[in-house]
Amino acid sequence: MTRFFKGLLTLKRGPWELIATLLIGVGVFMLMQPFYLWAYTYSFIVTLVGTVMFIVVSHFSEQE
Amino acid sequence: MASERSPMGAINMSDKTIDRLAGATPVRVARKIKGLSDRAIAWIFVGPTIFLLLAVNIFPLIWTINLSFTNFKANRLNREVEYIGLRNYERILGDSDIWLSMQATAHFLFWTLFFQVLIGFTLAWLINKKFKGNDLWTTIIVLPMMLSPAVVGNFWTFLYQPQIGLFNYIVTFFTGADPSSFEMLGSVDLAPWSIVIVDTWMWTPFVMLICLAGLRSIPDYIYEAAEVDRASKLRQFFTITIPMVLPFLMLAVLFRGIENFKMFDLVVQLTGGGPGSVTEMASINLKREAFEKWRTGYSSAFAIILFVTVFGLASIYVKALNKVKER
Repeated sequence: MTRFFKGLLTLKRGPWELIATLLIGVGVFMLMQPFYLWAYTYSFIVTLVGTVMFIVVSHFSEQE
Repeated sequence: MASERSPMGAINMSDKTIDRLAGATPVRVARKIKGLSDRAIAWIFVGPTIFLLLAVNIFPLIWTINLSFTNFKANRLNREVEYIGLRNYERILGDSDIWLSMQATAHFLFWTLFFQVLIGFTLAWLINKKFKGNDLWTTIIVLPMMLSPAVVGNFWTFLYQPQIGLFNYIVTFFTGADPSSFEMLGSVDLAPWSIVIVDTWMWTPFVMLICLAGLRSIPDYIYEAAEVDRASKLRQFFTITIPMVLPFLMLAVLFRGIENFKMFDLVVQLTGGGPGSVTEMASINLKREAFEKWRTGYSSAFAIILFVTVFGLASIYVKALNKVKER
């Protein structure tokens, strides 16, 4: 856990990619779920943030 | 003879031939090329491809993003185009009809991938066993994949006919229900499953072929070593077969997932989005908005939402695939 937060603070690829992946996953689930309209409404912004974040953080250096 | 064959079969040209070929180059062209660096020559070769990529992919994408912020209608070219900010996105993301089409897409996507992977892998595993005539069986199984979606859609429409269709009679044979008591394409409950069945029938061979490539790439000595270590068949399956086929399987899921997310032709042929709008996938809805209601700006925003979703999913999938390959 400490390693994860340390990676976040030092801008390492692993933990940031994990967050971006989670955001994309949650966004896509929100887009296609049949339960809440509000979740559908905010799905695109979550997916967009995740996707842009993924593109940016995949250029960060790898954690040792 | 100026040229001769090397032991490997390649043709070696003598210096004389090269000089003669160079001499045949028109003087003006030769003069132009002479002063170019390797980098410039490389750009000359790559340039047309990059230009085409920009013209066919990147420019339309940027143009679509631009249109998504406007109220542009392609059937009213004389009307003044207004920039309306994020209003198109707000409308789409608050529209319950589009939300329903997303749910229909999710249902289709999930179940087609589930069945295709399950049946495709099982078929590949069976075909991989050495038995007489397995090449013939591979050819027969692969046949549906080679057909056009229009043809498949048409003949499955006949198969699903409640009065004369073979499908209803097969279901009757197993369940005893009256063949005309249910209509696959006309029923709200059954129509989403009818398109899942057809897509599974058509594209399972594709998943099977990729899995078969994966299974055939596993060297026999790994199984032999496992036999020596007295590993059971089940253990071999879960610790050798599955992990080694996984990258191939993931690739198949990626291809089919992206393809099914934008599924259009087969569904239009089979149900046209009906009954009501239970099988109206996102792509069908998009086409209706763009080319029936002519809301070009609105449909551009919708297309961008779909694009970002597929792009995001494909990114994490490719990352996962690379990780599996590294293992």
